[in-house]
Amino acid sequence: MDAGIRNRRIAITTAALLAVAAGPAMAQTKTLDTVKARGTLNCGVNTGLAGFSMPDDKGQWTGLDVDLCRAVAAAVFKDATKVKYVPLTAKERFTALQSGEVDMLSRNTTWTMSRDTSAGLSFVGVNYFDGQGFMVKKSLGLKSAKELDGATICVQTGTTTELNVTDFFRANKLNYKPVVFEKLDETVAAYNSGRCDAFTSDHSQLYSERLKSPKPDDNVVLPDVISKEPLGPAVRQGDSGWGNVVRWAHFAMVNAEELGVTSKTVDEMQASANPEIRRLLGKEGDFGKGMGLDNDWAYQIVKQVGNYGEAFDRNVGAGSRLNIARGQNALWTKGGLQYGMPIR
Amino acid sequence: MPRGQPPLSLPALIYEPKVRGIIFQVLLLAALVVAAWSLASNVAVNLQRQNIASGFGFLDRTAGFEISQQLIDFKPTDNYGRAFVVGLLNTLLVAGLGIVFATILGFTVGVARLSSNWIVSRLALAFVEVVRNMPPLLTLFLVYFAAIKTLPGPRQSIELPLSSFLNVRGLYMPKPQWLDGSSTIVVAFIAGIIASMLLARWARQRQVATGQQVPIFWPSLGLVLGLPLLAFMIAGQPVAFEYPALKGFNFSGGMVVQPEFIALLFGLTVYTAAFIAEIVRAGISGVPKGQKEAAAALGLSAGQSMRLVVLPQAMRIVIPPLTNQFLNLTKNSSLAVAIGYPDLVSVFAGTVLNNTNQAIECILITMGVYLVLSIVTSIGMNMFNARMALVER
Amino acid sequence: MTTHAPSTTTKTMRPPAGAGPIAWMRQNLFATPVDALLTFAGLYIVYRLLGGFIDWALVSATWTGDDGKACSRDGAGACWPFIWHKFGLFMSGRFPDAERWRIYLTYGLALAGLVPLMIPGVPGKLWLFIYMLGVFPLLAFVLLSGGMFGLSHVPTELWGGLLVTLVVACVGIAASFPLGILLALGRRSELPIVRWVSIGFIEIVRGVPLVTMLFFASVMLPLFLPENVTFDKLLRALIGVALFSAAYLAEVIRGGLQAIPRGQLEAADALGLSYWQKMGLIVLPQALKLVIPGIVNSFIALFKDTSLVLIIGLFDLLGIVQQSVQADAKWFSPSTSTTGYFFAGFIFWIFCFGMSRYSSFIERRLGIGDRKS
Repeated sequence: MDAGIRNRRIAITTAALLAVAAGPAMAQTKTLDTVKARGTLNCGVNTGLAGFSMPDDKGQWTGLDVDLCRAVAAAVFKDATKVKYVPLTAKERFTALQSGEVDMLSRNTTWTMSRDTSAGLSFVGVNYFDGQGFMVKKSLGLKSAKELDGATICVQTGTTTELNVTDFFRANKLNYKPVVFEKLDETVAAYNSGRCDAFTSDHSQLYSERLKSPKPDDNVVLPDVISKEPLGPAVRQGDSGWGNVVRWAHFAMVNAEELGVTSKTVDEMQASANPEIRRLLGKEGDFGKGMGLDNDWAYQIVKQVGNYGEAFDRNVGAGSRLNIARGQNALWTKGGLQYGMPIR
Repeated sequence: MPRGQPPLSLPALIYEPKVRGIIFQVLLLAALVVAAWSLASNVAVNLQRQNIASGFGFLDRTAGFEISQQLIDFKPTDNYGRAFVVGLLNTLLVAGLGIVFATILGFTVGVARLSSNWIVSRLALAFVEVVRNMPPLLTLFLVYFAAIKTLPGPRQSIELPLSSFLNVRGLYMPKPQWLDGSSTIVVAFIAGIIASMLLARWARQRQVATGQQVPIFWPSLGLVLGLPLLAFMIAGQPVAFEYPALKGFNFSGGMVVQPEFIALLFGLTVYTAAFIAEIVRAGISGVPKGQKEAAAALGLSAGQSMRLVVLPQAMRIVIPPLTNQFLNLTKNSSLAVAIGYPDLVSVFAGTVLNNTNQAIECILITMGVYLVLSIVTSIGMNMFNARMALVER
Repeated sequence: MTTHAPSTTTKTMRPPAGAGPIAWMRQNLFATPVDALLTFAGLYIVYRLLGGFIDWALVSATWTGDDGKACSRDGAGACWPFIWHKFGLFMSGRFPDAERWRIYLTYGLALAGLVPLMIPGVPGKLWLFIYMLGVFPLLAFVLLSGGMFGLSHVPTELWGGLLVTLVVACVGIAASFPLGILLALGRRSELPIVRWVSIGFIEIVRGVPLVTMLFFASVMLPLFLPENVTFDKLLRALIGVALFSAAYLAEVIRGGLQAIPRGQLEAADALGLSYWQKMGLIVLPQALKLVIPGIVNSFIALFKDTSLVLIIGLFDLLGIVQQSVQADAKWFSPSTSTTGYFFAGFIFWIFCFGMSRYSSFIERRLGIGDRKS
């Protein structure tokens, strides 16, 4: 009897403590509302990867991933500059998103099953289709990655690259020796000093590093693509409303390119009779309202950031120093994989 | 409460120091429990809400990556648990060797600081002041990137004696291969160590009994090296060597010591040696001058007086701070992560953490390991300290 | 730690053997054949090191240029224009140019408090102490972060270089000070639970490397907080650094507490002072004064350790130098990285060496160094 009462009392106290402790955590808030209330979008980006997200000496960020942050800000606030960029290392990125430090992750992150299902995040699109490859010194005269038997390979930790390269060598019954660094800068510096025969990473990154290396022409990127690397934005799991905003910000940019709407022509296109363009720019239907935004959400994106083609060209494509071909990232109508889901 | 005092009223009870102490402690404990509870429940809620995996089951899962330096066999098909062991052994290797080298270099520089030769003592001072006042991470970067920039590529390797090669990929050495009968060499080696320990003991007893000194250094060296050599000859030279040879990109075969390892060992040794030198200097200066003068009066040479009189006494001052330096070196070995040496932090709190996304488990295990290493080192040094402590006769 | 006690003692021992440079050399450089050998070896080392350094830093160095090409000729030494061009970045990171005066004003305010505090004999120490620990941090926060009193907000992502190094080290030591005192008192407390909690905290934190503490702060801490409660990354690093430093500081302060004679405590008890009165008025003022050198040494260690924040992606002095030498294609040349690291090392060295000199000066003043026989 006595013990029973005491036990119950303990149980009640425990429950009360638990309630006190867990109280604030239980209250699920919608990210979109939080972002709107805060007035800025916290966007997790790479600490520095040319073409994707890179600060200049003044702290201005540019890049393809950065443009997606700007597009979301344009859709939500009608102002693409209302973004706080949070540079994240490969190791921190998921915790930063999970804990709410950033609202979205736009940090050349590969969409994999385990990340999508058991890391507390949810991928909402692919803004760059990439694949892993190798960069080697031209003087080695290599033609294929299969000739890399016995090579020493520089690789950055915290990425799928480390696993892919092991898989590739295992599958081809070849040997290699990894040298693993915490940060990209050190990995590349070690490769440039000749510590490794090859540097492995996503092709986009290889091109960007090749360009930055002291003598770009001394290095070649081998043609082999050893993995699928769909890089895309991610949001927290369990907040599909916010996921929609980010997903459709990306699709709006792709759709705008498909429809030939650019940042320069978007104002005159508002008068267009094409129903698809009218729906995109919010002249017909209530598509923005459905997400909790205004109907001119896509107009703001295209006006302030541009369409996908413009962003690609400016940051990584022909208009940039990286000069990467569209390849898989061309529109589906041009043999690529970028496909804007219909706005309807 | 002392007997005979009247029972106190409630307010008086509150002012009773003992009671206040108890109340205060209970409050502290309660606060800690609530804090721990709320943290734990936050973690639980966060993990569950976001569907993040937890628990230690991941240790059994296949790792799927390579590790560049392995003291035990490691294949990508092995599990994360084995990767943990590989990282731990790499940490122990660099910390253990670092402690040995830093102690040797530190004692040398510390004695040099007190040298009567002006140039030697100034050089030692300059070494200490330059190294001590720079971040160890910077020292590592300088050593590592300077090393891999200046060393030649594999095809232009520097040839060293004994079929060894040095290049940007590391130091390649012949690898002994133990054939049948090689176990006798190991047995002989152990026997040599035991024999020299017995010899030292006998010599000490004899010195205590008769005052005569028996030389023990050279006979011990002869026993430890000579016995295995003898066994090697008798057993028909059962050791073959695998020589490194240039094949494809790199040397293959033989043993290789990686530049990351050399740079880390060098950086840690130099940095810690600067601190040890100061400790040794302070220790030697702390031995009363009379001791040295008395030793001289007894007719001991300068070397004998240093070895038999000054250093043993200095050790009593030196050991406690020396222990701290050993612990610091072990902890600083975690800087390996910045120059690509696969130590525990790099492998386990790095690659494994990233692949499993189980930050809490990985970081707690890593912290726990360092904690255990610290405690073990402290206990070991305390035992050594107890042996060196003043024995009053 | 860096007193030159032995040289003064040897001076008194030296037999009177003539004066002049020749006699001095015979005495100090060529006393025995072995000595002479050592001297020549030492001279050779000095010649190689100093000669190499002068050649690299002055003779073969590049002094002007606008990019790495200027420094890329064969046998080029240091690449100084790299440092001139990046000087602002190395000092203040990406802090907006127009707002940099705020950083300099903060430095000025810090010096205004620190310099008189560090010179023995200047009156008003207590007020200066209160200013440095109470007023200055607020002023510095308002000035650097902005967002009020008409100052524009500068987010911490734009902070970098020496500014971050100083902020992390100073905030780390200042924030760890109260906690360190509490832990030191707790470790010597008669209340067993308080004692064991303090010992547990101190020993656990001292037993793990700072890198893991920083990983803890950057990767794990967010999971310990309720949803939507987040800290700035710099702030999280600061929490990690402060907890780390508190454990070390507690041990330093404990040393001071142990040096206070029991009689002082007993006298305080006899006067009927409470525990906090006893500690705050009698014990701590004496103990803290004794451990000033130890505190300065802890600060030096912390100052050097701040460079580790680059591992978690913050750009302190070393971090931003490293980013510039490795990732800036414009300035790529064989000597850029050595020059950059040398510059970072030089700045760190100036600070640490200066502080260690100060620490040994105070040590001499307190007479701690004079105890040995």
